Amino acid sequence: MSGAVLELDAVRRVFGTGRGATTALDGVSLSVAAGELVAVMGPSGSGKSTLLTLAGGLDEPTSGRVRVGGADLAALDAEALAGLRCRTVGYVFQDFNLLPTLTAAENVAVPLELDGVGARAGRRQAHEALAGVGLAGLADRFPDALSGGEQQRTAIARACVGPRRLLLADEPTGALDSLAGEQVLAVLRDKADAGLAVVLVTHEARYAAWADRVVFLRDGRAQDQAGPPAGPETLLAGSDVTP
Amino acid sequence: MAIRNALLALLAEGPKHGYQLKIEFEAAMGGSWPLNIGQVYTTLQRCARDGLIEPTDATGEDVRQRPYRLTEAGREVLHSWLAAPVDRDPPQRDELAVKLLVVLATSAADPAVVIQAQRTATLERLQQLNHFARDTDPAEDFAWLLVVDHLILQADAEVRWLDLCEQRLARAGPEAVAAAARRAAADVAADPGDGGEEDTVAAADGPDRPQPDAGWSR
Repeated sequence: MSGAVLELDAVRRVFGTGRGATTALDGVSLSVAAGELVAVMGPSGSGKSTLLTLAGGLDEPTSGRVRVGGADLAALDAEALAGLRCRTVGYVFQDFNLLPTLTAAENVAVPLELDGVGARAGRRQAHEALAGVGLAGLADRFPDALSGGEQQRTAIARACVGPRRLLLADEPTGALDSLAGEQVLAVLRDKADAGLAVVLVTHEARYAAWADRVVFLRDGRAQDQAGPPAGPETLLAGSDVTP
Repeated sequence: MAIRNALLALLAEGPKHGYQLKIEFEAAMGGSWPLNIGQVYTTLQRCARDGLIEPTDATGEDVRQRPYRLTEAGREVLHSWLAAPVDRDPPQRDELAVKLLVVLATSAADPAVVIQAQRTATLERLQQLNHFARDTDPAEDFAWLLVVDHLILQADAEVRWLDLCEQRLARAGPEAVAAAARRAAADVAADPGDGGEEDTVAAADGPDRPQPDAGWSR
């Protein structure tokens, strides 16, 4: 697909060799465009996390191709890959991974600093990014003074700051209650609507349902996909909507 | 009973006539449950017959214009309903559960295909529900939001259940599942117990097993 930010083409990833070899991904193809939120669901061991690490250039496929922003990751040298991870791809994890000794704004500014952005510009961008996830007033708080949901939104701000185009979220709601999880999904949705390509790995259907497409992985294979949602008017057509 | 009790609750605020009750009920349900006005009148008549409500002294000529008030007996019924937890026994039989179980018992279809088809459909429903939730302003439509939350979590639970079924099936293996179904059928054939009678509920089951309603007796 042209315009795809992330393309996986017949990707296989086998861990180990010989009889002990485990096939984590077995020929998965997936394309995520700018502005698209794609959810990946599947049971433990289905290859969800392997897919994300490959998409982020943290691991290499045994065969097949991974392209990010049109660049074939196999063709990039270590330095180019590091640059891609720093500027193009953002990660969000289940357990936030914020640095406890830095404020929310300082946490968000870390990748900018690593990328050589000046301190003042970095601070300004960090504040903008926090405002973008609904945390404008909490920029100077330390992580332990933030709720779980606020910490995760800070982590999302950090993962989106700068010129990022691809956001990879691995069970970002796993440690959150329902309301906080919903707010995190609303932020991921916003980021996609604002033009990022977002891949959400989750085993929770109600969060996966925020995506434009849902891909099921089972035993390393993509099973099939739930398409874009139909219009809401079809939902309550029946009369048996009583809770 | 839910409608009757809800109407009693609305009448506890003061005398109201049928149309007013319909409007207030629908508003309380966030618009998710449209009531037929005829249904309201029938329910009111039944409540009046049972002494839970009575017409006010105002002698309107038209029965439909006549406000009802809660009686002491009605207040008691209402209070015991509010105080008691909702009873979920016997569990309602769910068509999806029936479908999957019968597929496992008969090999009428591939359970993996049934599971996947349902999961895809339920996810699409969840997508629609999420749109609703997102488009709802809690300040304006709080009741509706709670209704949608309820539907979302039900659909979510269904997907989880399908995931779990799939994992259990994968772990047991198809042969073991088929063998278990054959054994269960053989057990019932060997010891039919009271299974032939529609109304026996306990039948040959152990007492610990939650009992389905009579229509589903094993």
